[in-house]
Amino acid sequence: MPLPTKETIGILADNLRLRNSVLPLAQKAVTRWANGLGLPRGGETIIYTGMMYQLAPAIAAMNKTQEKIEDSWLANFVGMGRYVNKVVNISAFLARPAQTMRSYCERVLANIAALLQRAGVECGYLYEDELYSGALIYDLGVDDLFERHAWKVAKVFEKYQVKNIITVDPHTTHLLRSVYPAVLPGPAWQVRSYLEVLAERDLKPVSGLDAAVALHDSCLYARPEKIFEEPRTLLSRAGIAVREPANSGKFTLCCGGPAESLFPKKAVARAAARMEQIRQAGEKAVTMCPLCLVNLRKAAPASFSVEDIAVYLGKAYLP
Amino acid sequence: MPLVDPEFLAEVKRSPAFNAEACLNCGVCSAVCPLEIELLPRKLFRYVLLGFKDRILANTETIYSCLLCKMCEANCPQEVSIAENVRALRFWINKKVFQL
Repeated sequence: MPLPTKETIGILADNLRLRNSVLPLAQKAVTRWANGLGLPRGGETIIYTGMMYQLAPAIAAMNKTQEKIEDSWLANFVGMGRYVNKVVNISAFLARPAQTMRSYCERVLANIAALLQRAGVECGYLYEDELYSGALIYDLGVDDLFERHAWKVAKVFEKYQVKNIITVDPHTTHLLRSVYPAVLPGPAWQVRSYLEVLAERDLKPVSGLDAAVALHDSCLYARPEKIFEEPRTLLSRAGIAVREPANSGKFTLCCGGPAESLFPKKAVARAAARMEQIRQAGEKAVTMCPLCLVNLRKAAPASFSVEDIAVYLGKAYLP
Repeated sequence: MPLVDPEFLAEVKRSPAFNAEACLNCGVCSAVCPLEIELLPRKLFRYVLLGFKDRILANTETIYSCLLCKMCEANCPQEVSIAENVRALRFWINKKVFQL
């Protein structure tokens, strides 16, 4: 029996409604990446994580649980789980994020902030006031809830008088830049991905990297947001040879990540097909989205490296 | 024979962004779909335009399987807002069927 669609969406929607995130995380787990970086609170220009990298380890852990539930007798109890979840956050019991993955994602975010600082970009962070963007609920079509949540996010930006938002992942970038303006008439912010911000600055690498990587473009960056030259520019400047998989740039192929929450097996199958293309292009892979990272790593052999682009950029551009 | 619901299109079409009627049924979307879902999206849109509500309900899994990766949109000669149309179907199912 597949995961019941209604109940699974119901749990994710209830979490956003009751706990402001599809998978609720402890506050310190959300903001820990910024410890010691000296980022001011708020400001006209902020780095907005949208909690996607912080959620990635929880998503990976939850997927493992979902894969066990899918097509088993346990799928019959997801509906009951939804009722319990309204009172007690069941995701805390069902999925325990791996410490290594948590540290990795925190390093990605810390690298991004440090790269922006080195490029001379002064930006703040909203710390515990930062909210999840609502990306998954938007994708699942729970539009009324998504719109209410988007207003909450907008109110936080308003409170801090934010004017410029620097995003760190494709889902949040797309939502804030292309979706929010349609559902929130009035507020206007300039939204740019950190890759765009860094690429336009003449940032010199501290140490050139002699490496070749297969670059997996994110669907949302490459198509609606037209961000595909920037990662290539930044990697090339660092001396990294970019290898192109069979489908790349505007015609990149999805990693399957968006299917993870409802159809884990379909997500894995799609990731395996994409991984084949990537492996034919190079011996290492680079991603620029936390969901691509999680899903492609599941499909990669143990000896095959899949790293977020911020890790390579950190090695090249940070002292 | 499928039942025809003449109100179905109006129920699904919440905004001008829903432009399934622009679809020419050329099939490029199905050919490039990374999930290789033959049904998506041209047949789904035709079902909506014809008022075949029961056919939509029979394909709920397909509708929620769409990755919203927009590969089909990048190749669509008619610039159909395919992902937005699929989301509109999800919204309708969430509201009318799942009561979410």
